[in-house]
Amino acid sequence: MPETTLLAAKTPASGVFAFSRPTSWQVIAIMISLLVVIPVVVIFSAWGKSEADILSHMAEFVLPELLSNTFWLLLGVGLGVTFLGVSLAWLTAMCDFPGRSFFSWALLLPLAIPAYVLAFVVIGLLDFTGPLQTALREVFGPLKLPQIRSRGGVILVMSLALYPYVYLIARNAFMTQGRAALEAAQSLGVNRWQGFVRVALPMARPWIAAGVMLALMETLADFGTVAIFNYDTFTTAIYKAWFSLFSLSAASQLASILIVFVLVLVLAEQHSRSNMKYGTVGRSASHRRIVLSRKHGWLASFYTAVVFSIAFLIPMVQLLIWAFNAGATDLDARYWAFVRHSLWLSGLGAFIVTLLALLLGYAGRQQPGHSMLLIQRIATIGYAIPGAVLAVGIFIPVAWLDNQLIDWLKPHGWQGTALLKGTLLVMLLAYAVRFLAVGFGSVDAGLQRITRSIDEAARVMGSHTWSLLSRIHLPMLRASLFTAAALSFVDIMKEMPITLMTRPFGWDTLAVRVFEMTSEGEWERAALPSVAIVLAGLLPVIFLASRGDKQ
Amino acid sequence: MSDLKLVRISQSYGPRQIIDDLTFHLQEGQIGCLLGPSGCGKTTVLRCIAGFEPITAGHIEIGGDVVSSPARLTPPEKRQIGMVFQDYALFPHLNVAGNIAFGLGKHDASHKNQRVEELLSLTGLLDSANKFPHQLSGGQQQRVALARALAPKPHMLLMDEPFSNLDVELRERLSVEVRDILKREGMTALIVTHDQNEAFSIADIVGVMHQGAIQQWDTPYNLYHQPANRFVADFIGQGVFLPGMVMNNSMVEIELGVLHGMIPTDCDATGCDQCAHDCYVDVLIRPDDIVHDDESLLMAEVENKAFRGAEFLYTLKLPSGTRALSLVPSHHDHAIGERIGIKLAVDHVVAYRRLS
Repeated sequence: MPETTLLAAKTPASGVFAFSRPTSWQVIAIMISLLVVIPVVVIFSAWGKSEADILSHMAEFVLPELLSNTFWLLLGVGLGVTFLGVSLAWLTAMCDFPGRSFFSWALLLPLAIPAYVLAFVVIGLLDFTGPLQTALREVFGPLKLPQIRSRGGVILVMSLALYPYVYLIARNAFMTQGRAALEAAQSLGVNRWQGFVRVALPMARPWIAAGVMLALMETLADFGTVAIFNYDTFTTAIYKAWFSLFSLSAASQLASILIVFVLVLVLAEQHSRSNMKYGTVGRSASHRRIVLSRKHGWLASFYTAVVFSIAFLIPMVQLLIWAFNAGATDLDARYWAFVRHSLWLSGLGAFIVTLLALLLGYAGRQQPGHSMLLIQRIATIGYAIPGAVLAVGIFIPVAWLDNQLIDWLKPHGWQGTALLKGTLLVMLLAYAVRFLAVGFGSVDAGLQRITRSIDEAARVMGSHTWSLLSRIHLPMLRASLFTAAALSFVDIMKEMPITLMTRPFGWDTLAVRVFEMTSEGEWERAALPSVAIVLAGLLPVIFLASRGDKQ
Repeated sequence: MSDLKLVRISQSYGPRQIIDDLTFHLQEGQIGCLLGPSGCGKTTVLRCIAGFEPITAGHIEIGGDVVSSPARLTPPEKRQIGMVFQDYALFPHLNVAGNIAFGLGKHDASHKNQRVEELLSLTGLLDSANKFPHQLSGGQQQRVALARALAPKPHMLLMDEPFSNLDVELRERLSVEVRDILKREGMTALIVTHDQNEAFSIADIVGVMHQGAIQQWDTPYNLYHQPANRFVADFIGQGVFLPGMVMNNSMVEIELGVLHGMIPTDCDATGCDQCAHDCYVDVLIRPDDIVHDDESLLMAEVENKAFRGAEFLYTLKLPSGTRALSLVPSHHDHAIGERIGIKLAVDHVVAYRRLS
């Protein structure tokens, strides 16, 4: 008689939403999602115990400006990324012009430059004392030029930094749509331009909308760029409330308003994603591009080249020149300490993100169902929550826990004021929440490729649990796990507000150094740490571009 | 090798009964097949035998050991069953030899290599030992899946729609090849398919399934010529039902004449003297039951024809207006609308009580 197990343990959970005892996998998934839920709840609960004078001060002097600044920023960046992203995607996906194949991947490169780096380079170049205006003055005498440090300037920089989100997803949409629908429209007597406006654009709308929503989430989350431009938004206000007014409750209240904006965007994004499935009309076998006339072709080349130069080439060259100049004095032991801290934190953060992503994905595989999908969705919503919000939302409960522990330990003769507060815990938790979606996306895609019959085949041949994991799943997931770790590594390296607000004493990173130098207007000295960040950021972009080519 | 016994097993998913009181016995070394339309529960039976699904009544025995019952369930990895999956489920990160060796467990390396070698030659894959699954054709992948399942010398082999991902020509060739391999290994095997040609070419014994129950567990020959009920008669092969009237327990009259033979009908034929006048039946007439005969006085009109190479399948309109099928050697090429002579050549009378 072979070994037997009791059947009771094997029966799958009955109803999906039944109030049965959760399985251990569900418990793990719920714990991971609590990492997101707790900070959000903590932030909203701050309304209960407000400090009246700060609140009324804020309502009178701060909030109106923050709201109008945020509104104009979202509107401007929304229009900017839509125009740049859609036009470039259409040209590189559907038209043939000189340099198309180069630009189709090169236009992704700006993803490697964080918006805050582009911001100080652009200011350094275009400010009153910058090389451009100085040169113009020498030729034409005193001039009255528009100020770069303005609302328009922030919008321009953010649009240039964030358009790749729309470009990438819209290009994908245009290419997978194929030309079938477009050719059908042309056979019905519609010309090329009308075909774009009446067929291709409406079909790609859900994709474009999702890309724009992502770009707007990044806009809301941005701290570095608006700080450099002195353009107050909620993220900078949260920072000031915490570190200048020392009011965590004011910071939380500001954060809670920001979260409301974010949630609206999240809902809009998920809505447009759910519309994507209606958007595909049969793939045409060959993807033939529209051949532009000579004149139009060169116009297209010129336009893409201008965007590429402003968003990537010129800033990169300027950055390298500055870095080279500053390198003589700044390439010292302190610099290498920043690099070391950045690598160490990014590595540790990437490891945690990948591990949590694997657990969450595995939980979904072991316990599939609607409730698990919901839990996974909540757990990965952190990508939309600005780092400044997470910093506050995680610091408060950890500090509370710290105080409880100290109170509990004091009678036992323990002396000290902080157990967890001075550690990396807050920062790593915030990284994990913010970047879990990045890791999960890749790990989950890898898990989906392992079909159920692969598991079953291994099981009938005697492989179970650990042996299944080590002999089948880990080898098959190796590439996905590596991608998850690499992507989150780079994202953490670029991250500014979480690091700035929650780093323990002495843990200055490259991004923190950039913030310190830019807040003193030392563009040259900010360039050196920026170069390291951009170089790291190039890796995933090259990966993304090469994958796009294969498609 | 072991035999397989399913005794009155049932399985339900919520209120839905998937398997309903199902029993069959597969002898040691026999190749059995569960045949049925999609959704009849045949794959679920296979998964119950493998141990992926629990059962709610009855029990399953492999080689005399009870492996499944409502109270106890031996996990799949303890059953020593080989399984070939519909999508083959080859491990993409292992090469052919690695896939075959996967289930060989803790044997020493030389023993493993020897067994892998054996299977590579058995399945004709010696040249592909170092290739990876994505470098193989569909037929080769199928053979790797079979070799991998046979390698650990399982008690028996289960195959879930093993040929459905292959094109028709390859399907026929491979099913003969696979039967050969299984017989050489003396393997007890159970195959699930919806394709009767496949079932007939590979299996010794076939169970026709419908609505979670086995309608008939029999040889392919008997399924075709002596279907146990109307569903089996309909599902297996081609044919039409012609109205007939029972005369006595060895004679039934239809439009085309009187048929002699045992009348295996659910009409109470034993005392059929009483029912002679009201026992109307439907008689199954296969295309090979009607033969073309130019001499015959019995004429039918050709209504449609399909060229099959060696023969034509004619759809005939009988004098009464009912239709029948007839297989005719292909040198008898008649035009549509032509009237041709036919005669009956029925060996086995299959009749069911008329549905009123």
